[in-house]
Parts: sequence; C-alpha cells; structure tokens
Amino acid sequence: MIDFQVSANDQRVLEAIRKEAEIARAYARYYDENEHEFPPEELEEAKDCPKPLTLLGERSAEDAGMAVLTTLISRGMTWGDYSVQVRRPKGGLGNSALQAAGSAEQKQQWGHLTLAMAITEPGCGSDPSQVQMTAVRDGDHWVLNGEKIFVTAGCRCDGVVVWATIDKAAGRAGIKSFVVEKGTPGFTVTHKEKKLGIRADDTAAMVFEDCRIPRENLLGGEETVPKGSSGGFRSVMKTFNMTRPNVSARGLGIAEAALDFTRDALRQAGVEIEYGRASSGQSAAAEKFIRLEMLWEAATLSVLRAAWLADQGESNNTEASVCKAKAGAAVREITQGCIELVGPMGASRQHLLEKWFRDCRITDIYEGTGEIQHLIIARTLLGYTRNELK
Amino acid sequence: MIAFAPTEEQAVARDTMRRFASDVLFPKARECDEAAAVSNSLLAQAWELGLIATQIPEAYGGFGAARSPTTNAIVLEELAYGDATLAIAATAPSLFAYAVLDQGSEEQKQTYLPLFCGDTYHAAALAAVEPSPCFDALKPATRARRKERGFVLSGTKCFVAMGDRASHFLVVARADDGLGAFIVGRDAPGLKISEPEKNLGLRALPTVTLQLEGVEVSDGDRLGGSQRADVGRFLNHTRVAAAAIMTGLSRAVLDYCIPYAKERVAFDEPIARKQSIAFRLADMHIEIECSRWLVWKAASQLDGGLDATKAAHFARAYAAEKSMWIADNGVQVLGGHGFIREHPAEMWYRNARTLGVLEGIACV
Repeated sequence: MIDFQVSANDQRVLEAIRKEAEIARAYARYYDENEHEFPPEELEEAKDCPKPLTLLGERSAEDAGMAVLTTLISRGMTWGDYSVQVRRPKGGLGNSALQAAGSAEQKQQWGHLTLAMAITEPGCGSDPSQVQMTAVRDGDHWVLNGEKIFVTAGCRCDGVVVWATIDKAAGRAGIKSFVVEKGTPGFTVTHKEKKLGIRADDTAAMVFEDCRIPRENLLGGEETVPKGSSGGFRSVMKTFNMTRPNVSARGLGIAEAALDFTRDALRQAGVEIEYGRASSGQSAAAEKFIRLEMLWEAATLSVLRAAWLADQGESNNTEASVCKAKAGAAVREITQGCIELVGPMGASRQHLLEKWFRDCRITDIYEGTGEIQHLIIARTLLGYTRNELK
Repeated sequence: MIAFAPTEEQAVARDTMRRFASDVLFPKARECDEAAAVSNSLLAQAWELGLIATQIPEAYGGFGAARSPTTNAIVLEELAYGDATLAIAATAPSLFAYAVLDQGSEEQKQTYLPLFCGDTYHAAALAAVEPSPCFDALKPATRARRKERGFVLSGTKCFVAMGDRASHFLVVARADDGLGAFIVGRDAPGLKISEPEKNLGLRALPTVTLQLEGVEVSDGDRLGGSQRADVGRFLNHTRVAAAAIMTGLSRAVLDYCIPYAKERVAFDEPIARKQSIAFRLADMHIEIECSRWLVWKAASQLDGGLDATKAAHFARAYAAEKSMWIADNGVQVLGGHGFIREHPAEMWYRNARTLGVLEGIACV
C-alpha cells in the first residue's frame, strides 16, 4: 500500500531519539567552539534516558524497515546536533562497507569496532577510480602505501576501511578495500582538519608507509582482478546506496531544526502562516517559509523512497542519487533562507541557526557531490555508460 | 507504515490508464488543441473505463470499489501523461460526483450519483474560480444570502470546465455561516452561461463563465444539506488532483526530451552528452519524483480521512512550480523546435502555466 504513517512502535523509538537530541543540543555550541575535543559517547544527562535502539524490540509488519527507520533516526539525531551522530559507536561509513561487502568471518572479526572509510586522496575525490594508494601482496600480507584525506571519524575510529589498487593498469577493477586496525605499524593519523561545520566530527588525514596487514584483511576476500569488468569496485560503491539516503537524512534533520527555529521567530514577529491559501494573499515572509517547508518535505520523501526500496531488497542506485542531490541542495536553500527570514539574529552566534547553516553544507559534498549524483541520474535516464557521459 | 507500494488494483489501474494515455489521448492531443475542442468519441472511450462510476457504491448504481483518492491520483498522473487537457475533460464530472459522494446528503447522493453511473458521458461541473486578480479559492466574492427558505446566489464564476454541457453546477459561495457549495441546475432562473472561454492553455477544454444573478436554491441544494459540507476539505481533493495532473504533464515532457536530446547532434555529439543538457534532464527527473511523492502523501492522508490541508498545499504548490520549470526547460532542450507547434513542447508550456494557477479543475 501507499502510506506515510509512522508506526506506534517506531514513534516510541523516535521519541527517545528526540529526548537525547534535546540534551545534545545544549552542548551543540560547545563542541562547535571547541573543535578538537571529542564529545563523550554519552552525555551525563542522557544516562537515564531509555536507549533508543533497545526500544526497537520485535519488528512487526506495521513497522518501517531498517533502512527507512535508520533515516528517521539520523534525522532525529541531527535535529538535536550533528554531534549525536558522531557519538554513536560502530556508526562509521566503514561499518556500512563491512556489512555490505564483508564475509561472515570478517563481520565477526571487526563488527564490534568503529570503522572509518578512507577513499579520498589529495589527488582524487569524486572519481575514486583514480585511487593512487597501492596494496602489494607479500606472502601472507598486503603492504599498503599511500595517503588519505577527509577521513570522517579518522581520529576516534578503531580502524579504517581503506581503498587501494592492487593493479593500477586495471583501473577500477584493480581497486580493493582493506581493513586496517589502529596501531598497525606504518599507519599514522597525521592531522585533524579544521572545518566550516560539523566540527564535532573529526576529519583526519592519514599516511600508510609500508603498512603490513594480514592477507585476510581484504574486504570480501576477492584477490583476482577480473578482465573487462569493474570487479569488486561496483560492490563497494553499492555501500553508497545505503549511506546516501542516510547522510541526506542527516542534513534534513539539521534543516528541520532551522525551520522549527524560524517558525518560532516568525510567530514572535507576528507573521501568520496559513496553509491552503493562495500565495498572492500571503505575506512574502509566510510564502517564503512555506516554500522552504515544502522543499524540506519533498526532499524528505525522496529519502524515504530510496530507503524504502533498499528495505524491499530492490535496486535503489538512481533513487539514492536522487535523494542525495535533492536533499543536498534543499538543506542549503532552507538554512540560507531561514537566516534571510530571521534577519541579523540569524547570523549571530548567540543562536544555533548560523551553525546549522554551516553544518548542513557538507551533506551536498561528502558521499558524492550533488554534481556526481546528477551524473549518475543522467546516465541512468539516458542509458549512457560512464564513457558516454563524463 | 511508510510504504511506496501501489496495491495490485492500483497497479492494474495505472497500467490500463498508461496504455490509454499513450494509445488514445496523446495521439489526439495536438488535434484537439488546434481545434480548441474535445471530441465526443474520446470522452465516450474514456467513460467506458469507468473512471468515475468505479468508486460510486452499488446502491447508487456504481461499481462499488473502495473510495480511494490515492488510486485516483495515480490514474490522473497517467492520463495527464497522455494529455492533461483530455484527462481533465474526461474526469471533470468527478468534481461534482465525488463532492456529492464524500459530503452530500443521502438525498443528494440518491438524486445525483446515478447520473454518473450510466453508459454515456454525463457532464456536471464545479464553479469555484472567479475572474478577480489574485483569486483565493477560500475567499470567493460570490455570495449565498439566506432567505426564509433556501439561499440566493449572486456572483461570477469562470473557468468552469465542461460547463458548456453540464447538467448541474456545484457553485462555491460565501454564506453567512462560512463557505458553502450549492447545487444549481443548468436551467435555473438567473443563471447565465457564457460561450466557451478562450484560454492560454488547456485549449481543448470547454470552460465557461457563469453569471449568477439572484439564483434561488433550496436548503436541500446546499452540499451536505443541514450537515454543511466542508469546502476546504473538498478543495484539498481538487488540489491533490491538480498536482497529480501536473506531475503527469512533467513526465511527458521529460520522456519527450530524452530521445530528442540523444538524437540531436551539435558539435559532433548528441546534446544529451553535454552536462548542461544531461544535468537538466536529471533535475527534471528529480522533481518529477518529488512531485509524485508529495501527491501520494497528501492523497494517502485523504484516503485515511485525515486533514490534508498542508500536504495538499505542498503537493499542488510544488507540482505547479516544478511542472512550469520542467515545461519551460522542455522548450529550451528542443531549442527552435520547442517553439514550433509541430512538437508538443509549446503546448505543454502553455498547459503548465494554465494548470498551475487554476483551482478546482479535477478531483481525486
């Protein structure tokens, strides 16, 4: 059926998330101003709160699938503060990759760790097929050499899933991902980036110098380079079909906070917002606000659509890009517009609105920029290969 | 539960309407637009699909399927994919029929619903829009003044679809106790029906202007009778319907642009291989998807009997903005050909601009 109601069961989970988020919001400014402090896994005030995930309980046919619920939870967390997301252990992108591409033994071995994902290099970002980092087999080991940047959670993680090529001539087919635990000789986290927003999230640069890891650390275990295909690259890229709806939802949680703040501000200023009326009869401020809300709703539904497809076990490659492109652009417009509506106070650090404006900006960049998403969507629509549309 | 899965019946209805839209409506769209007339044989063919009778209970002569605005929204998107104008003409009587079905008194249901369950197209119309600048459907100037018994209606209505042949009109007017909808027969004294209007878009749709000068109606002619109908709720149904139609129109534009862009060569390669074109097509796709999900959300609230005012507002406003943008870019992707009436792009451009500002043009 076609339905948009959240089940009572899921509602309970989301209410618990909201409680935690409200507590976290009180610390939002602190971790924004003190960029190099790690937020604790749990805030003192949240100790007695019911743990949202323990409320999941028995899932019934009435409840949302896990992909849908995950996006709702992410949205609920970042409504409080982006740092809530950061606090959650085992929530790294590397964990998603492990779940998507790892063998049963590998999931067993590293499932309890927080794993970051290291893809981007100083010379390659949006096109990961250009990865320069190498992995060379030496007996029962792989030897890794190279440099990675923009690794989310790179400092506080227990290990990273790192992308490297085992055969440069093979292009994308030669790219494999490897699990490297912290403390492995030759693996150094060099520095933590200073950023525009999401400052509670540590973004690291790392270097691998003759870093030796066991042969079994190749994610998925497929050591051969298939001829004429992209090999394991495609399966690793599939990780994004799950994570793109989720990071889109993070941005939308931030944008939702901005909309809630702005709605209150407008009410205080005496601006009345009425739905169902002709736009020509509304004040400019009311009309603009409704437009931003509408944009939020559109983006949110596209996220739910992509997540729902994943829950059905259906391909959501294009839909994941649709929601990422839509939400990434929407949250920028929404937070920019909210500041415009609120006026000078919107630009003041007395309030969190300016922080939300900075925080959500990343969601149109990481896990594939809006432009990359457009490329993916356009190729599908046109039936073009990556060579036909670059 | 959040779900995007049409039921089996909805999927069947969608596929049937998609075929009808592509095989019957689209091939006739340009001809009807040029002639500024809808063909009766086409209306008859559409009527045979049971578009309106399906959801009317058997007691009133219908097929008795469950009332579902969501199903109707899916159907309207498909029909409008073939041609928005013909989709509106074919389903326009539902504006009257669904209003009576959802909020009419028992007597009104017994009197009027059987009209829509016969073998031939039966026209009845909604008179909501008025010829005033910045018109707001919730603030009509048309008045319904209380008399000792019944009401006296006075005012002007325009854009009354299928008004040239409607047996009855449902007239939205302001009464002392709030908005009301009143059933007025075609021959009512004091009612003047104009010649068909000439409009920017939806040219094949016969629309008329109504002059109501002291038209008397009984208490029983007010929709809902003593249980006064909620006009705002009814308008939500019409807004979701308009949004579904605009979504279908947008999809038609994109599906026309894609093969064109792949065939049209400039600077030694198809223009679809230029990012400026390819990304624009991607944006069209994104906005069509978003429009549809907003329609589905609002429609599912209507299915559930919830207050869908906000969702219907979003669905209509979003689809209006995006279908205009998409139709505009449809012309641009085709370049000079977009401006020539040999291609449908210019027709969609006019239709989108017209649809986006109308109220009460279709119902779910």
